[in-house]
Amino acid sequence: MNLPTALNSNNIIALANIGDNDSVVILENVTVRYRVPKEQVRTFKEYAIRRIKGEINHVEFLALNDVSLNIMRGEVFGLIGPNGAGKTTLLRLVAQVMRPTQGRVIVVGRVAPLLAMGAGFHPELTGRENVFLNGALLGYTRRQIEERFEWIVDFAEMWDFIDTPLRTYSSGMMARLGFAVATAVMPDVLIVDEVLSVGDIAFQEKSAARIHEFREAGATILLVSHSMDAVKKMCNRAAWLDHGKIRALGPADEVVEGFEEYMIIQTI
Amino acid sequence: MFKCNATIVTMLKASMKSKVFIYDSSAKQNLMLNELRQIWRYRDLVFFLVRRDLTARYKRSILGVAWTMLNPLGMMVILSIVFSQVFRVKIEGYPAFVLSGLLCWNFFSQVSSAIIYSLVWGGDLYNRIYLPRSAFAISAIGTGLVNIVLSLVPLVLVMIVIHVPIKLTILLVPLVMFLLALFTLGVGLLISTIGIYFTDIVEMYGIVLMAWMYITPVIYPLDILPDKIRQLIQFNPMVYIVDLFRMLVFYGIFPSAQTWIIGAIVSVGAFLVGWYIFTGKSNEFAYRT
Repeated sequence: MNLPTALNSNNIIALANIGDNDSVVILENVTVRYRVPKEQVRTFKEYAIRRIKGEINHVEFLALNDVSLNIMRGEVFGLIGPNGAGKTTLLRLVAQVMRPTQGRVIVVGRVAPLLAMGAGFHPELTGRENVFLNGALLGYTRRQIEERFEWIVDFAEMWDFIDTPLRTYSSGMMARLGFAVATAVMPDVLIVDEVLSVGDIAFQEKSAARIHEFREAGATILLVSHSMDAVKKMCNRAAWLDHGKIRALGPADEVVEGFEEYMIIQTI
Repeated sequence: MFKCNATIVTMLKASMKSKVFIYDSSAKQNLMLNELRQIWRYRDLVFFLVRRDLTARYKRSILGVAWTMLNPLGMMVILSIVFSQVFRVKIEGYPAFVLSGLLCWNFFSQVSSAIIYSLVWGGDLYNRIYLPRSAFAISAIGTGLVNIVLSLVPLVLVMIVIHVPIKLTILLVPLVMFLLALFTLGVGLLISTIGIYFTDIVEMYGIVLMAWMYITPVIYPLDILPDKIRQLIQFNPMVYIVDLFRMLVFYGIFPSAQTWIIGAIVSVGAFLVGWYIFTGKSNEFAYRT
Protein backbone atom coordinates (compact mmCIF):
# COMPACT_ATOMS: atom_id res chain seq x y z
CA MET A 1 0.00 0.00 0.00
CA ASN A 2 1.49 3.22 -1.10
CA LEU A 3 0.12 5.62 1.44
CA PRO A 4 0.73 9.28 0.82
CA THR A 5 2.37 11.24 3.59
CA ALA A 6 -0.37 13.66 4.41
CA LEU A 7 -2.92 11.11 5.50
CA ASN A 8 -4.13 10.54 9.00
CA SER A 9 -5.90 7.58 10.50
CA ASN A 10 -9.24 8.69 9.20
CA ASN A 11 -8.22 8.09 5.65
CA ILE A 12 -6.90 4.63 6.28
CA ILE A 13 -10.34 3.68 7.51
CA ALA A 14 -11.70 5.23 4.35
CA LEU A 15 -9.42 3.14 2.16
CA ALA A 16 -10.48 0.01 3.95
CA ASN A 17 -14.05 0.79 3.08
CA ILE A 18 -13.58 0.54 -0.67
CA GLY A 19 -14.51 -3.09 -0.45
CA ASP A 20 -17.99 -2.09 0.61
CA ASN A 21 -18.38 -0.24 -2.70
CA ASP A 22 -18.87 2.96 -0.82
CA SER A 23 -16.29 5.21 -2.39
CA VAL A 24 -17.71 7.58 -4.93
CA VAL A 25 -14.67 9.68 -5.67
CA ILE A 26 -11.21 8.20 -5.50
CA LEU A 27 -7.98 10.08 -6.11
CA GLU A 28 -4.92 7.85 -6.19
CA ASN A 29 -1.55 9.61 -5.97
CA VAL A 30 -2.78 12.37 -8.20
CA THR A 31 -0.38 14.94 -9.53
CA VAL A 32 -1.26 17.78 -11.86
CA ARG A 33 1.70 19.53 -13.34
CA TYR A 34 1.26 22.63 -15.40
CA ARG A 35 4.18 23.69 -17.52
CA VAL A 36 4.11 27.41 -17.44
CA PRO A 37 6.48 29.20 -19.78
CA LYS A 38 8.53 31.77 -17.91
CA GLU A 39 7.41 34.37 -20.37
CA GLN A 40 4.24 33.95 -22.29
CA VAL A 41 5.13 32.79 -25.79
CA ARG A 42 1.97 32.62 -27.78
CA THR A 43 3.08 33.56 -31.23
CA PHE A 44 4.56 31.09 -33.60
CA LYS A 45 7.37 33.35 -34.72
CA GLU A 46 8.50 34.05 -31.21
CA TYR A 47 8.37 30.37 -30.39
CA ALA A 48 10.43 29.44 -33.43
CA ILE A 49 13.09 32.04 -32.66
CA ARG A 50 13.37 31.03 -29.05
CA ARG A 51 13.33 27.37 -29.86
CA ILE A 52 16.34 27.79 -32.09
CA LYS A 53 18.12 29.87 -29.49
CA GLY A 54 17.19 27.29 -26.86
CA GLU A 55 15.47 29.91 -24.78
CA ILE A 56 12.22 28.16 -24.03
CA ASN A 57 12.18 28.08 -20.26
CA HIS A 58 9.38 26.36 -18.51
CA VAL A 59 8.55 26.56 -14.86
CA GLU A 60 6.94 23.45 -13.58
CA PHE A 61 4.04 24.25 -11.38
CA LEU A 62 2.50 21.50 -9.30
CA ALA A 63 -1.15 22.33 -8.82
CA LEU A 64 -1.63 19.01 -7.05
CA ASN A 65 1.24 17.01 -5.67
CA ASP A 66 0.66 13.32 -4.99
CA VAL A 67 -2.78 13.71 -3.52
CA SER A 68 -4.83 10.71 -2.45
CA LEU A 69 -8.37 11.05 -1.31
CA ASN A 70 -11.48 8.96 -0.86
CA ILE A 71 -14.91 10.45 -0.70
CA MET A 72 -17.70 8.22 0.48
CA ARG A 73 -21.24 7.94 -0.80
CA GLY A 74 -23.58 10.34 0.95
CA GLU A 75 -20.79 12.38 2.43
CA VAL A 76 -20.65 16.17 2.41
CA PHE A 77 -16.99 16.81 1.89
CA GLY A 78 -15.42 20.23 2.28
CA LEU A 79 -12.32 21.52 0.55
CA ILE A 80 -10.57 24.46 2.16
CA GLY A 81 -7.31 26.24 1.66
CA PRO A 82 -5.86 29.52 0.51
CA ASN A 83 -6.08 30.72 -3.08
CA GLY A 84 -3.87 28.72 -5.40
CA ALA A 85 -3.85 25.69 -3.13
CA GLY A 86 -5.22 23.44 -5.85
CA LYS A 87 -8.90 23.38 -4.92
CA THR A 88 -10.15 24.35 -8.36
CA THR A 89 -7.81 21.90 -10.05
CA LEU A 90 -9.14 19.13 -7.82
CA LEU A 91 -12.70 20.05 -8.75
CA ARG A 92 -11.79 20.04 -12.42
CA LEU A 93 -10.41 16.54 -12.08
CA VAL A 94 -13.59 15.31 -10.42
CA ALA A 95 -15.72 17.12 -13.00
CA GLN A 96 -13.72 15.25 -15.68
CA VAL A 97 -12.72 18.44 -17.36
CA MET A 98 -9.06 17.49 -17.14
CA ARG A 99 -7.04 14.37 -16.56
CA PRO A 100 -4.24 14.16 -14.02
CA THR A 101 -0.63 14.29 -15.18
CA GLN A 102 0.05 11.30 -12.96
CA GLY A 103 -2.15 9.12 -10.84
CA ARG A 104 -5.70 8.05 -11.19
CA VAL A 105 -9.11 9.57 -10.67
CA ILE A 106 -12.20 7.44 -10.38
CA VAL A 107 -15.69 8.84 -10.12
CA VAL A 108 -18.72 6.63 -9.78
CA GLY A 109 -21.91 7.97 -11.25
CA ARG A 110 -22.98 11.27 -12.73
CA VAL A 111 -21.28 14.46 -11.63
CA ALA A 112 -23.16 17.73 -11.63
CA PRO A 113 -20.89 20.72 -11.28
CA LEU A 114 -22.72 23.74 -9.93
CA LEU A 115 -19.86 25.70 -11.48
CA ALA A 116 -21.59 26.02 -14.76
CA MET A 117 -24.98 27.37 -13.87
CA GLY A 118 -26.42 29.07 -16.91
CA ALA A 119 -23.59 27.85 -19.10
CA GLY A 120 -24.24 28.63 -22.73
CA PHE A 121 -27.25 30.83 -22.00
CA HIS A 122 -27.98 32.86 -25.08
CA PRO A 123 -29.64 36.28 -24.69
CA GLU A 124 -31.68 36.06 -27.89
CA LEU A 125 -33.29 32.74 -27.08
CA THR A 126 -36.34 32.40 -24.87
CA GLY A 127 -36.16 30.98 -21.37
CA ARG A 128 -37.68 27.76 -22.64
CA GLU A 129 -35.12 27.36 -25.43
CA ASN A 130 -32.32 28.14 -23.01
CA VAL A 131 -33.52 25.50 -20.57
CA PHE A 132 -33.18 22.87 -23.27
CA LEU A 133 -29.80 24.09 -24.47
CA ASN A 134 -28.35 24.46 -20.98
CA GLY A 135 -29.75 21.08 -19.96
CA ALA A 136 -28.15 19.43 -22.98
CA LEU A 137 -24.82 21.07 -22.13
CA LEU A 138 -25.05 19.52 -18.68
CA GLY A 139 -25.50 16.13 -20.29
CA TYR A 140 -29.24 15.63 -20.01
CA THR A 141 -31.05 14.06 -22.91
CA ARG A 142 -33.91 15.91 -24.53
CA ARG A 143 -36.31 13.48 -22.94
CA GLN A 144 -34.98 14.08 -19.44
CA ILE A 145 -35.41 17.81 -19.92
CA GLU A 146 -38.95 17.40 -21.20
CA GLU A 147 -39.80 15.29 -18.17
CA ARG A 148 -38.33 17.81 -15.75
CA PHE A 149 -39.40 20.95 -17.56
CA GLU A 150 -42.43 21.71 -15.40
CA TRP A 151 -40.40 21.19 -12.26
CA ILE A 152 -37.64 23.50 -13.52
CA VAL A 153 -40.00 26.36 -14.30
CA ASP A 154 -41.90 25.83 -11.05
CA PHE A 155 -38.73 25.85 -9.02
CA ALA A 156 -37.33 28.93 -10.74
CA GLU A 157 -40.75 30.62 -10.42
CA MET A 158 -40.57 31.60 -14.04
CA TRP A 159 -43.90 30.74 -15.66
CA ASP A 160 -44.66 34.36 -16.58
CA PHE A 161 -41.42 34.86 -18.49
CA ILE A 162 -40.50 31.46 -19.86
CA ASP A 163 -41.30 32.43 -23.46
CA THR A 164 -39.64 35.83 -23.49
CA PRO A 165 -36.02 36.29 -24.62
CA LEU A 166 -33.40 35.90 -21.95
CA ARG A 167 -32.05 39.40 -22.54
CA THR A 168 -35.13 40.76 -20.78
CA TYR A 169 -34.35 38.80 -17.61
CA SER A 170 -32.75 40.23 -14.50
CA SER A 171 -29.52 38.60 -13.35
CA GLY A 172 -31.37 37.05 -10.43
CA MET A 173 -33.88 35.45 -12.78
CA MET A 174 -31.10 33.99 -14.90
CA ALA A 175 -29.35 32.60 -11.84
CA ARG A 176 -32.59 31.02 -10.65
CA LEU A 177 -33.21 29.39 -13.98
CA GLY A 178 -29.60 28.19 -14.14
CA PHE A 179 -29.78 26.69 -10.68
CA ALA A 180 -33.07 24.97 -11.45
CA VAL A 181 -31.69 23.35 -14.61
CA ALA A 182 -28.46 22.29 -12.89
CA THR A 183 -30.31 20.59 -10.06
CA ALA A 184 -33.26 19.21 -12.03
CA VAL A 185 -31.93 15.67 -12.06
CA MET A 186 -30.31 14.25 -8.96
CA PRO A 187 -26.62 13.61 -9.53
CA ASP A 188 -24.46 11.08 -7.73
CA VAL A 189 -21.86 13.71 -7.02
CA LEU A 190 -22.67 17.39 -6.71
CA ILE A 191 -19.86 19.91 -6.90
CA VAL A 192 -20.57 23.22 -5.22
CA ASP A 193 -18.03 26.01 -5.56
CA GLU A 194 -18.44 28.69 -2.90
CA VAL A 195 -21.53 29.11 -0.80
CA LEU A 196 -24.60 29.48 -2.88
CA SER A 197 -25.61 33.02 -3.40
CA VAL A 198 -28.25 32.69 -6.02
CA GLY A 199 -31.03 35.25 -6.24
CA ASP A 200 -32.72 36.81 -3.21
CA ILE A 201 -32.80 35.44 0.32
CA ALA A 202 -35.96 33.43 -0.26
CA PHE A 203 -34.40 31.69 -3.23
CA GLN A 204 -31.15 31.13 -1.38
CA GLU A 205 -33.06 29.22 1.24
CA LYS A 206 -34.89 27.32 -1.43
CA SER A 207 -31.66 26.32 -3.15
CA ALA A 208 -30.05 25.31 0.14
CA ALA A 209 -33.11 23.16 0.79
CA ARG A 210 -32.71 21.56 -2.62
CA ILE A 211 -29.12 20.63 -1.88
CA HIS A 212 -30.25 19.28 1.45
CA GLU A 213 -32.76 17.11 -0.40
CA PHE A 214 -29.97 15.65 -2.51
CA ARG A 215 -28.01 14.94 0.62
CA GLU A 216 -30.94 13.16 2.22
CA ALA A 217 -31.40 11.11 -0.93
CA GLY A 218 -27.81 9.91 -0.73
CA ALA A 219 -25.94 12.17 -3.14
CA THR A 220 -22.35 13.01 -2.39
CA ILE A 221 -21.53 16.67 -2.13
CA LEU A 222 -18.16 18.24 -2.67
CA LEU A 223 -18.11 21.78 -1.33
CA VAL A 224 -15.39 24.33 -1.89
CA SER A 225 -15.68 27.38 0.24
CA HIS A 226 -13.86 30.21 1.90
CA SER A 227 -16.57 30.43 4.50
CA MET A 228 -15.32 28.36 7.43
CA ASP A 229 -18.69 28.50 9.14
CA ALA A 230 -20.41 26.98 6.13
CA VAL A 231 -17.89 24.15 5.98
CA LYS A 232 -18.22 23.46 9.69
CA LYS A 233 -21.98 23.53 9.51
CA MET A 234 -22.52 21.48 6.37
CA CYS A 235 -19.63 19.04 6.00
CA ASN A 236 -18.88 15.72 7.63
CA ARG A 237 -15.28 15.71 6.60
CA ALA A 238 -12.94 18.22 5.07
CA ALA A 239 -9.53 18.41 3.49
CA TRP A 240 -7.18 21.34 3.85
CA LEU A 241 -5.16 21.85 0.73
CA ASP A 242 -1.97 23.84 0.74
CA HIS A 243 0.38 24.19 -2.21
CA GLY A 244 -1.07 21.16 -3.89
CA LYS A 245 -0.77 18.87 -0.91
CA ILE A 246 -3.26 17.72 1.65
CA ARG A 247 -2.24 19.29 4.91
CA ALA A 248 -5.01 17.89 7.02
CA LEU A 249 -7.90 15.56 6.45
CA GLY A 250 -10.57 14.56 8.88
CA PRO A 251 -13.74 15.70 10.62
CA ALA A 252 -14.71 19.08 9.24
CA ASP A 253 -14.57 21.06 12.50
CA GLU A 254 -11.09 19.76 13.38
CA VAL A 255 -9.68 20.55 9.95
CA VAL A 256 -11.27 23.99 9.93
CA GLU A 257 -9.91 24.78 13.41
CA GLY A 258 -6.44 23.68 12.36
CA PHE A 259 -6.65 25.87 9.27
CA GLU A 260 -7.93 28.87 11.21
CA GLU A 261 -5.19 28.59 13.83
CA TYR A 262 -2.60 28.38 11.08
CA MET A 263 -4.02 31.42 9.30
CA ILE A 264 -3.95 33.45 12.52
CA ILE A 265 -0.30 32.58 13.08
CA GLN A 266 0.43 33.54 9.49
CA THR A 267 -1.18 36.94 9.78
CA ILE A 268 0.61 37.74 13.03
CA MET B 1 -0.99 -1.27 -3.75
CA PHE B 2 -2.31 -4.67 -4.71
CA LYS B 3 -5.11 -4.66 -2.18
CA CYS B 4 -6.22 -1.24 -3.22
CA ASN B 5 -6.36 -2.19 -6.90
CA ALA B 6 -8.23 -5.40 -6.20
CA THR B 7 -10.90 -3.55 -4.28
CA ILE B 8 -11.24 -1.01 -7.05
CA VAL B 9 -11.78 -3.82 -9.51
CA THR B 10 -14.56 -5.36 -7.42
CA MET B 11 -16.10 -1.94 -7.07
CA LEU B 12 -15.98 -1.37 -10.82
CA LYS B 13 -17.58 -4.72 -11.48
CA ALA B 14 -20.35 -4.18 -8.96
CA SER B 15 -21.20 -0.82 -10.42
CA MET B 16 -21.19 -2.13 -13.95
CA LYS B 17 -23.94 -4.53 -13.02
CA SER B 18 -26.06 -1.71 -11.69
CA LYS B 19 -25.37 0.34 -14.86
CA VAL B 20 -23.79 3.22 -13.03
CA PHE B 21 -21.44 5.19 -15.19
CA ILE B 22 -17.88 5.02 -13.93
CA TYR B 23 -15.22 7.45 -14.95
CA ASP B 24 -11.66 6.21 -14.66
CA SER B 25 -9.02 8.71 -15.75
CA SER B 26 -6.45 6.00 -16.39
CA ALA B 27 -8.69 3.66 -18.38
CA LYS B 28 -7.04 2.82 -21.68
CA GLN B 29 -9.28 3.80 -24.49
CA ASN B 30 -9.26 4.49 -28.14
CA LEU B 31 -9.50 8.26 -28.20
CA MET B 32 -10.92 8.46 -31.72
CA LEU B 33 -13.71 6.00 -31.03
CA ASN B 34 -14.39 7.33 -27.59
CA GLU B 35 -15.00 10.83 -28.90
CA LEU B 36 -17.43 9.38 -31.45
CA ARG B 37 -19.25 7.55 -28.68
CA GLN B 38 -19.47 10.71 -26.61
CA ILE B 39 -20.81 12.68 -29.55
CA TRP B 40 -23.53 10.08 -29.96
CA ARG B 41 -24.35 10.38 -26.27
CA TYR B 42 -24.55 14.16 -26.63
CA ARG B 43 -26.46 14.14 -29.92
CA ASP B 44 -29.31 16.14 -28.37
CA LEU B 45 -26.82 18.84 -27.49
CA VAL B 46 -25.66 19.01 -31.11
CA PHE B 47 -29.27 19.43 -32.17
CA PHE B 48 -29.92 22.24 -29.68
CA LEU B 49 -26.70 24.00 -30.67
CA VAL B 50 -27.70 23.96 -34.33
CA ARG B 51 -31.12 25.31 -33.41
CA ARG B 52 -29.53 28.01 -31.28
CA ASP B 53 -27.24 29.13 -34.09
CA LEU B 54 -30.07 29.27 -36.58
CA THR B 55 -32.62 31.02 -34.39
CA ALA B 56 -30.23 33.37 -32.62
CA ARG B 57 -28.74 34.60 -35.85
CA TYR B 58 -31.97 35.73 -37.40
CA LYS B 59 -34.22 36.47 -34.47
CA ARG B 60 -33.91 40.23 -34.53
CA SER B 61 -33.67 40.71 -38.27
CA ILE B 62 -36.79 41.48 -40.25
CA LEU B 63 -36.10 39.17 -43.16
CA GLY B 64 -34.96 36.38 -40.87
CA VAL B 65 -33.87 33.14 -42.46
CA ALA B 66 -34.26 34.71 -45.91
CA TRP B 67 -30.80 36.17 -45.38
CA THR B 68 -29.33 32.71 -45.79
CA MET B 69 -30.59 32.80 -49.36
CA LEU B 70 -30.14 36.51 -50.02
CA ASN B 71 -26.47 36.63 -49.07
CA PRO B 72 -25.12 34.32 -51.79
CA LEU B 73 -27.58 35.90 -54.24
CA GLY B 74 -26.11 39.31 -53.52
CA MET B 75 -22.60 38.01 -54.07
CA MET B 76 -23.73 36.33 -57.27
CA VAL B 77 -25.13 39.60 -58.63
CA ILE B 78 -21.93 41.51 -57.83
CA LEU B 79 -19.63 38.87 -59.30
CA SER B 80 -21.78 38.49 -62.38
CA ILE B 81 -21.59 42.23 -63.05
CA VAL B 82 -17.86 42.38 -62.40
CA PHE B 83 -17.09 39.43 -64.61
CA SER B 84 -19.37 40.27 -67.51
CA GLN B 85 -18.80 44.04 -67.52
CA VAL B 86 -15.24 44.48 -66.24
CA PHE B 87 -13.38 41.31 -67.21
CA ARG B 88 -15.74 40.46 -70.07
CA VAL B 89 -15.66 36.75 -69.36
CA LYS B 90 -18.23 34.87 -71.40
CA ILE B 91 -19.57 31.78 -69.71
CA GLU B 92 -22.98 30.36 -70.49
CA GLY B 93 -25.19 30.87 -67.43
CA TYR B 94 -22.47 32.53 -65.40
CA PRO B 95 -24.74 33.60 -62.48
CA ALA B 96 -25.71 29.96 -61.81
CA PHE B 97 -22.13 28.86 -62.40
CA VAL B 98 -20.72 31.24 -59.82
CA LEU B 99 -23.56 30.67 -57.36
CA SER B 100 -23.05 26.91 -57.34
CA GLY B 101 -19.35 27.43 -56.62
CA LEU B 102 -20.04 30.03 -53.96
CA LEU B 103 -22.42 27.79 -52.01
CA CYS B 104 -19.73 25.16 -51.76
CA TRP B 105 -16.98 27.60 -50.90
CA ASN B 106 -19.04 29.57 -48.37
CA PHE B 107 -19.84 26.36 -46.55
CA PHE B 108 -16.18 25.48 -46.32
CA SER B 109 -14.87 28.90 -45.29
CA GLN B 110 -17.67 29.83 -42.89
CA VAL B 111 -17.96 26.47 -41.15
CA SER B 112 -14.22 25.89 -40.76
CA SER B 113 -13.82 29.41 -39.33
CA ALA B 114 -16.72 28.83 -36.94
CA ILE B 115 -15.17 25.58 -35.74
CA ILE B 116 -11.81 27.23 -35.11
CA TYR B 117 -13.40 30.16 -33.34
CA SER B 118 -15.48 28.01 -31.01
CA LEU B 119 -12.66 25.64 -30.13
CA VAL B 120 -9.86 28.16 -29.69
CA TRP B 121 -11.83 30.93 -27.97
CA GLY B 122 -14.62 28.97 -26.34
CA GLY B 123 -12.37 27.55 -23.63
CA ASP B 124 -14.20 28.79 -20.59
CA LEU B 125 -17.06 26.35 -20.88
CA TYR B 126 -14.75 23.38 -21.32
CA ASN B 127 -13.01 24.34 -18.08
CA ARG B 128 -16.18 24.11 -16.09
CA ILE B 129 -18.11 21.14 -17.37
CA TYR B 130 -17.34 18.03 -19.32
CA LEU B 131 -18.44 18.14 -22.94
CA PRO B 132 -17.17 16.23 -25.91
CA ARG B 133 -15.06 18.99 -27.37
CA SER B 134 -16.04 18.15 -30.90
CA ALA B 135 -19.71 18.88 -30.13
CA PHE B 136 -19.35 22.51 -31.17
CA ALA B 137 -17.52 21.51 -34.35
CA ILE B 138 -20.19 19.00 -35.31
CA SER B 139 -22.94 21.50 -34.60
CA ALA B 140 -21.20 24.08 -36.81
CA ILE B 141 -21.29 21.48 -39.58
CA GLY B 142 -24.98 20.93 -38.89
CA THR B 143 -25.74 24.65 -39.11
CA GLY B 144 -23.76 24.89 -42.34
CA LEU B 145 -25.64 21.98 -43.85
CA VAL B 146 -29.00 23.56 -43.08
CA ASN B 147 -27.81 26.79 -44.67
CA ILE B 148 -26.48 25.17 -47.83
CA VAL B 149 -29.68 23.16 -48.30
CA LEU B 150 -31.72 26.33 -47.92
CA SER B 151 -29.47 28.06 -50.44
CA LEU B 152 -30.28 25.44 -53.04
CA VAL B 153 -33.69 27.09 -53.38
CA PRO B 154 -32.38 30.40 -54.79
CA LEU B 155 -29.87 28.46 -56.91
CA VAL B 156 -32.62 26.47 -58.58
CA LEU B 157 -34.67 29.65 -59.06
CA VAL B 158 -31.74 31.40 -60.71
CA MET B 159 -31.24 28.40 -62.99
CA ILE B 160 -34.88 28.50 -64.02
CA VAL B 161 -34.78 32.24 -64.65
CA ILE B 162 -31.64 32.14 -66.82
CA HIS B 163 -32.72 28.94 -68.59
CA VAL B 164 -30.07 26.55 -67.31
CA PRO B 165 -31.63 23.08 -67.57
CA ILE B 166 -32.11 21.29 -64.25
CA LYS B 167 -31.09 17.65 -64.49
CA LEU B 168 -31.83 14.72 -62.21
CA THR B 169 -28.16 14.57 -61.20
CA ILE B 170 -29.00 17.28 -58.67
CA LEU B 171 -30.53 14.53 -56.53
CA LEU B 172 -27.02 13.21 -55.87
CA VAL B 173 -25.96 16.48 -54.29
CA PRO B 174 -26.34 15.20 -50.68
CA LEU B 175 -23.42 12.87 -51.40
CA VAL B 176 -21.12 15.78 -52.26
CA MET B 177 -22.39 17.73 -49.26
CA PHE B 178 -21.40 14.80 -47.09
CA LEU B 179 -17.88 14.79 -48.53
CA LEU B 180 -17.69 18.57 -48.18
CA ALA B 181 -18.76 18.29 -44.53
CA LEU B 182 -16.10 15.66 -43.79
CA PHE B 183 -13.38 17.71 -45.43
CA THR B 184 -14.42 20.90 -43.63
CA LEU B 185 -14.58 19.14 -40.25
CA GLY B 186 -11.13 17.67 -40.77
CA VAL B 187 -9.54 20.98 -41.72
CA GLY B 188 -11.36 22.82 -38.92
CA LEU B 189 -10.25 20.37 -36.24
CA LEU B 190 -6.69 20.32 -37.49
CA ILE B 191 -6.32 24.10 -37.52
CA SER B 192 -8.03 24.35 -34.11
CA THR B 193 -5.58 21.92 -32.57
CA ILE B 194 -2.65 23.95 -33.82
CA GLY B 195 -4.47 27.16 -32.88
CA ILE B 196 -4.68 26.12 -29.24
CA TYR B 197 -0.90 26.04 -29.14
CA PHE B 198 -0.26 28.98 -31.43
CA THR B 199 -2.99 31.56 -31.66
CA ASP B 200 -1.30 33.16 -34.66
CA ILE B 201 -2.47 30.33 -36.86
CA VAL B 202 -6.04 31.49 -36.34
CA GLU B 203 -5.27 34.97 -37.65
CA MET B 204 -3.27 33.53 -40.49
CA TYR B 205 -6.13 31.25 -41.48
CA GLY B 206 -8.25 34.19 -42.60
CA ILE B 207 -5.61 35.19 -45.13
CA VAL B 208 -5.02 31.60 -46.19
CA LEU B 209 -8.75 31.23 -46.88
CA MET B 210 -8.72 34.22 -49.18
CA ALA B 211 -5.78 32.90 -51.18
CA TRP B 212 -7.31 29.44 -51.16
CA MET B 213 -10.50 30.75 -52.72
CA TYR B 214 -8.56 32.18 -55.66
CA ILE B 215 -6.76 28.92 -56.34
CA THR B 216 -10.10 27.13 -56.33
CA PRO B 217 -12.32 27.49 -59.38
CA VAL B 218 -15.13 29.17 -57.51
CA ILE B 219 -15.67 32.31 -59.54
CA TYR B 220 -13.91 31.21 -62.72
CA PRO B 221 -13.83 27.92 -64.64
CA LEU B 222 -10.76 25.73 -64.37
CA ASP B 223 -10.06 25.78 -68.11
CA ILE B 224 -9.32 29.51 -68.37
CA LEU B 225 -6.11 28.89 -66.41
CA PRO B 226 -2.79 28.28 -68.19
CA ASP B 227 -1.69 24.63 -68.17
CA LYS B 228 1.19 25.24 -65.81
CA ILE B 229 -1.04 26.62 -63.06
CA ARG B 230 -3.67 23.98 -63.68
CA GLN B 231 -1.15 21.29 -62.97
CA LEU B 232 -0.30 22.90 -59.66
CA ILE B 233 -3.92 23.43 -58.75
CA GLN B 234 -4.69 19.74 -58.91
CA PHE B 235 -3.08 19.44 -55.49
CA ASN B 236 -5.82 21.61 -54.03
CA PRO B 237 -8.44 19.23 -52.57
CA MET B 238 -11.24 21.79 -52.80
CA VAL B 239 -10.97 21.67 -56.61
CA TYR B 240 -12.47 18.20 -56.67
CA ILE B 241 -15.25 18.95 -54.21
CA VAL B 242 -16.33 22.13 -55.98
CA ASP B 243 -16.08 20.26 -59.27
CA LEU B 244 -18.31 17.41 -58.10
CA PHE B 245 -20.88 19.83 -56.75
CA ARG B 246 -20.94 21.93 -59.87
CA MET B 247 -21.13 18.99 -62.27
CA LEU B 248 -24.17 17.59 -60.47
CA VAL B 249 -25.98 20.89 -60.06
CA PHE B 250 -24.92 23.22 -62.85
CA TYR B 251 -23.70 21.04 -65.72
CA GLY B 252 -26.09 18.20 -64.98
CA ILE B 253 -23.53 15.53 -65.81
CA PHE B 254 -22.51 12.54 -63.77
CA PRO B 255 -18.88 13.03 -62.65
CA SER B 256 -16.34 10.43 -63.66
CA ALA B 257 -15.44 7.64 -61.26
CA GLN B 258 -11.98 9.17 -60.94
CA THR B 259 -13.35 12.50 -59.67
CA TRP B 260 -15.57 10.71 -57.18
CA ILE B 261 -12.73 8.59 -55.89
CA ILE B 262 -10.32 11.49 -55.49
CA GLY B 263 -13.02 13.56 -53.81
CA ALA B 264 -13.85 10.74 -51.41
CA ILE B 265 -10.22 10.00 -50.54
CA VAL B 266 -9.45 13.67 -49.94
CA SER B 267 -12.51 14.18 -47.72
CA VAL B 268 -12.30 11.01 -45.68
CA GLY B 269 -8.53 11.48 -45.39
CA ALA B 270 -8.86 15.06 -44.12
CA PHE B 271 -11.49 13.97 -41.64
CA LEU B 272 -9.44 11.08 -40.29
CA VAL B 273 -6.27 13.16 -39.94
CA GLY B 274 -8.15 16.02 -38.25
CA TRP B 275 -10.10 13.72 -35.94
CA TYR B 276 -6.99 11.74 -35.02
CA ILE B 277 -4.87 14.77 -34.17
CA PHE B 278 -7.68 16.57 -32.40
CA THR B 279 -8.77 13.68 -30.20
CA GLY B 280 -5.17 12.72 -29.53
CA LYS B 281 -4.38 16.16 -28.16
CA SER B 282 -7.68 16.99 -26.53
CA ASN B 283 -6.60 15.79 -23.10
CA GLU B 284 -3.86 18.38 -23.14
CA PHE B 285 -6.15 21.27 -23.98
CA ALA B 286 -7.23 21.66 -20.37
CA TYR B 287 -3.61 22.34 -19.46
CA ARG B 288 -3.37 25.05 -22.08
CA THR B 289 -6.15 27.38 -21.10
